[in-house]
Amino acid sequence: MNTQRVAWLFLAPALLVLGLFFLLPVAAAFVLSLTDYDLYALADLRHLRFVALGNYWELLHRPLFWSALGHTFYFVIVGVPLSLAASLGAALLLNSPLARMQAFFRTALFAPVVTTVVAVAVIWRYLFNTKYGLVNYALQALGLHPVDWLGDPHWAMPTIILFAVWKNFGYNMIILLAGLQAIPPDLYEAARIDGASLARQFWHITLPMLRPTLTMVGILTVAGYFQLFAEPYVITEGGPLQSTVSALFLMYEEGFKWWNLGAASAVAFLLFVVMFAVTGVLLRLARRGGEA
Amino acid sequence: MSPRLAKALVNGLLLGGAAVALFPLLWMLSVSFMAPGTASALPPPLLPGQATLENYRTLFVRVGMGRYLANSLLVSSAITLLALACNMMAGYAFAKLRFGGRERLFQALVGALVIPAQVAMLPLFLLLKYIGLVNSFAGVIVPAMATIFGVYLVRQYARGIPDELLEAARIDGAGEWRIFAGIVLPLLKPIMVTLAIFTFLAAWNDFMWPLIVLTGQEHYTLPIGLASLAREHAQDTELMMAGSVVTVLPVLGLFLAMQRYYLQGLLLGSVKG
Repeated sequence: MNTQRVAWLFLAPALLVLGLFFLLPVAAAFVLSLTDYDLYALADLRHLRFVALGNYWELLHRPLFWSALGHTFYFVIVGVPLSLAASLGAALLLNSPLARMQAFFRTALFAPVVTTVVAVAVIWRYLFNTKYGLVNYALQALGLHPVDWLGDPHWAMPTIILFAVWKNFGYNMIILLAGLQAIPPDLYEAARIDGASLARQFWHITLPMLRPTLTMVGILTVAGYFQLFAEPYVITEGGPLQSTVSALFLMYEEGFKWWNLGAASAVAFLLFVVMFAVTGVLLRLARRGGEA
Repeated sequence: MSPRLAKALVNGLLLGGAAVALFPLLWMLSVSFMAPGTASALPPPLLPGQATLENYRTLFVRVGMGRYLANSLLVSSAITLLALACNMMAGYAFAKLRFGGRERLFQALVGALVIPAQVAMLPLFLLLKYIGLVNSFAGVIVPAMATIFGVYLVRQYARGIPDELLEAARIDGAGEWRIFAGIVLPLLKPIMVTLAIFTFLAAWNDFMWPLIVLTGQEHYTLPIGLASLAREHAQDTELMMAGSVVTVLPVLGLFLAMQRYYLQGLLLGSVKG
């Protein structure tokens, strides 16, 4: 048997699955977004009509789409820096020669990452309960006012952001920790001999050396955070007053609650384009900054 | 800053961070043993006054959590086995078998990594509806049988296998399949374990796709069952926490047991390009 044929036989199962159940649907998603596929078309394909960019046009005129996009951006813009700061802080602490029991702390800090979003989101609902929640109880014990975390439209998204930071920071922490460990110790040695303070060492050695890792981790986190869905679905169900409806939440409701699959595909595509543009700009900025 | 103060500060902060990370999980465990209705009190109790297994009994006897647990085990195991087979074969082919357009095809696949899975979900739902897989376990399993990430991971690892080893086996007249099963797979064992844990955890924790494709309660996996329970039993804190324990404990246990492999894979997968 020649190697060409063997290779394709080995590739066939994976390529078949990926092609049929991922790449084909992605291409079809664009076509779908140009139609008015809805409940009637689901029952009988003869009701399907081609509407060109009609779905996109309607979406751009729907306040809910813009607010969903806005909530998603809010989540990304506040959530990503907070997550990265938590990850970097934890990685620096773990990497410190002064730290004891590193293995234990690393496992403890990483544990939330492997948990099931739905299960821990349910915990969050009770911890942030206005009346009986431990968080408000602690606030009151400190003499602060309790907050209507999940009932106040201004606080619901911050609560979800706190959840996401808690759940996800351990992932990047591990990657950043590996990045920190790869920095040659003699750089710090030399800096210490020159009398550089810890802050200066961090600013002039750690950050520049960590820059490629930070860039990669940051962009992947941005892309991940644009896909906000399970958290608002479980914690707030999009409320209160639709203040936590994210773009994907809108896509889900539009597609699988109201069965407007054409319009939902347009939401998915617009989100994808926005996400692509944002990560592209970030990547370019990071490259330019790196050269300067 | 004196060295002793610095040491206390670093370890104090680590302790605080670990407490924040673990507290919700420990609280969940504690509340799951509280008698129904006792968690919603002021001040909020931290430990059960009298530990009881009643919530777990309700969960398995009345609410049907056992079914969800069995479904989750079945779906996640099937995905892990099938995805492992597809990804190992493809990853090995990309790393070690020569064929026309290999690099370009691989680049194209890696490029497709940026496409979020959700873009495919709506047409995929229609596709599965027309072939009759909506509301079946196959609807969850089949699309997950291969992942670009898995192929990528295996390929990176398999590149380390020396070509001479494979050539020698070919000269000895071993068939390609024998070479793969007898020589390559044993060498790929570490990445196989890593990929298996990754796949199992991802399948177990997956939410959005199963939510879409599993429309009937009898097919619910744990996260879907738990989410639907959370809407019906919003007031039953203790019951919900028991449900969360049942959902989280298997994956947390698996992670703790196989931590080394998991973290290795995480680092391997993150070093792109």
